[in-house]
Amino acid sequence: MKSFARSGVLGLVCAFIAAPAYAADVSTGPCGFCVLWDWIPFILNGFALNVVISILAMMLALVLGIGLGLMQISESKLASVPARFVTQLLRNAPWIVILFMIMSLIPYRIEVQGWGNFILSDWIKATFAFSLPVMANVSEILRGAVASVPKGQWESAESLAFSRGQSLRWIILPQCVKQMIPHLMNWFALLVLATPLASIIGVREAVGSAQAAMESAGSSPTLLIPFYFFLMMIFFIFIYPVAIWSRRLERNYAINS
Amino acid sequence: MQSIPDNSAVSLAASPSMVTVSIRDLHLSYGKLEVIKGVSLDIRRGEVVCIIGPSGSGKSTLIRCINGLTPFQSGSITVGDQQVGDAKLDKIRLRRKVGIVFQQYNLFPHKTALQNVMMAPLKVLKEPRAEVERRARELLAKVRLAGKEDSFPGELSGGQQQRVAIARSLAMRPEIMLFDEVTAALDPETVQEVLLTIRELAEDGMTCVLVTHEMAFAREVADHVYFTDGGKIVEHGPPEEIFGSPQDERTQRFLSRLL
Ligand SMILES: Nc1ncnc2c1ncn2[C@@H]1O[C@H](COP(=O)(O)OP(=O)(O)O)[C@@H](O)[C@H]1O
Ligand SMILES: [Mg+2]
Repeated sequence: MKSFARSGVLGLVCAFIAAPAYAADVSTGPCGFCVLWDWIPFILNGFALNVVISILAMMLALVLGIGLGLMQISESKLASVPARFVTQLLRNAPWIVILFMIMSLIPYRIEVQGWGNFILSDWIKATFAFSLPVMANVSEILRGAVASVPKGQWESAESLAFSRGQSLRWIILPQCVKQMIPHLMNWFALLVLATPLASIIGVREAVGSAQAAMESAGSSPTLLIPFYFFLMMIFFIFIYPVAIWSRRLERNYAINS
Repeated sequence: MQSIPDNSAVSLAASPSMVTVSIRDLHLSYGKLEVIKGVSLDIRRGEVVCIIGPSGSGKSTLIRCINGLTPFQSGSITVGDQQVGDAKLDKIRLRRKVGIVFQQYNLFPHKTALQNVMMAPLKVLKEPRAEVERRARELLAKVRLAGKEDSFPGELSGGQQQRVAIARSLAMRPEIMLFDEVTAALDPETVQEVLLTIRELAEDGMTCVLVTHEMAFAREVADHVYFTDGGKIVEHGPPEEIFGSPQDERTQRFLSRLL
């Protein structure tokens, strides 16, 4: 599995290194990689925003999603029915639609009594927008994980005088963590990959920055492949270690339990 | 049976409050399916009661009713001074008094044997950790699992897991223990070690209700045997009578099939 992934990546890298050379031959223009070199700090600056947006959105999604998931499995219909509806609605909506809705729903400036005014810049709105579909999926992951714990666990907790809340807290949820980790990791990767959508609403993240850079460098077609290849690489370098780390976390959890 | 050794470090015997279980005309249905059709029985303190009968006759359902795990429709169950059918029943107090061990041990897989035993006293009773740990270690020693404190359930045999489950239940210092076919899922070699643990508990004066298919064991430890069939108690009496000279034709048939 691992060696397959590695050779796949290697092949991809070879293909992309060969491609610009070919492109430079057919169309005369500036050397794409040379132009890229000058713009790397600018693009990385934009990428910092992708990183910040995705990490903040993930944290928000975890907190809200666990809350929503707990509401979904609540015994009270008053909590579970709305939670189920919100979960399904946001899980099944295109992210860009959520993004546009949040853009138009949230004002540019909000006043918090006693705290003063807050400017909600576009990247903050985008962070909130991206956290919503991930939140819905975290909620569903939690519900599924809780449902997969054998009924006997609830039963023996109950017979030991645990309340429902105590059973969840001490018996059920700890057994869910391990199986939730890979799913959460998966959604984090999807979240990172979705952050360039924010460029549509004018957020200067990596992809938007790269496009702006190409434009100001004369929009030569020779720039396309080096720039986009560079974008691929930085996203890969960010996400892949997280995948490895999550796998290690999962293994540690397996050993500890 | 009534003698309670006071020198034992872990007192497993009932507290002075005279606990008895008294079931009167119990009826229970799952939807249209009538599972318990008017059962009455009494369990005195320190007594060992065995419930035997064909599968599906409602034995598990009956003992699950005793500690309020399964609600019933009519009739009454009194445990000590508590009415189990009461809408305002203090379930925590009831379940501290009545422990139950299931056929599938249902240990908490993410916790070690010791942690399994400590869990309820720590989290539910909020007792001090040092005291809980001392008692948990004693209980594990009592069920002959000294040295296995740090093993996870997955590393223990079925018989060992079942004994951890018994220790876990005892950690709440119950006055009555319910056992629902606790040896049914075990290899023949490990059945005996679990039965030995139960026998020692009974000898310590613990009130025990056993649903079991181990007829030789029932005959040996029981003070009273109930034979159930089709949601009713068909026949009951001392083990010598039930096993020696069963009166009802259904009891005779059931026992002859087993022997
Ligand atoms: N949760 C349940 N829902 C519906 N029917 C059940 C449930 N639990 C048990 N039953 C039914 O009740 C009857 C008695 O079951 P049980 O008490 O487990 O019998 P026993 O322990 O004597 O084998 C069986 O017919 C069984 O199918
Ligand atoms: Mg049964």
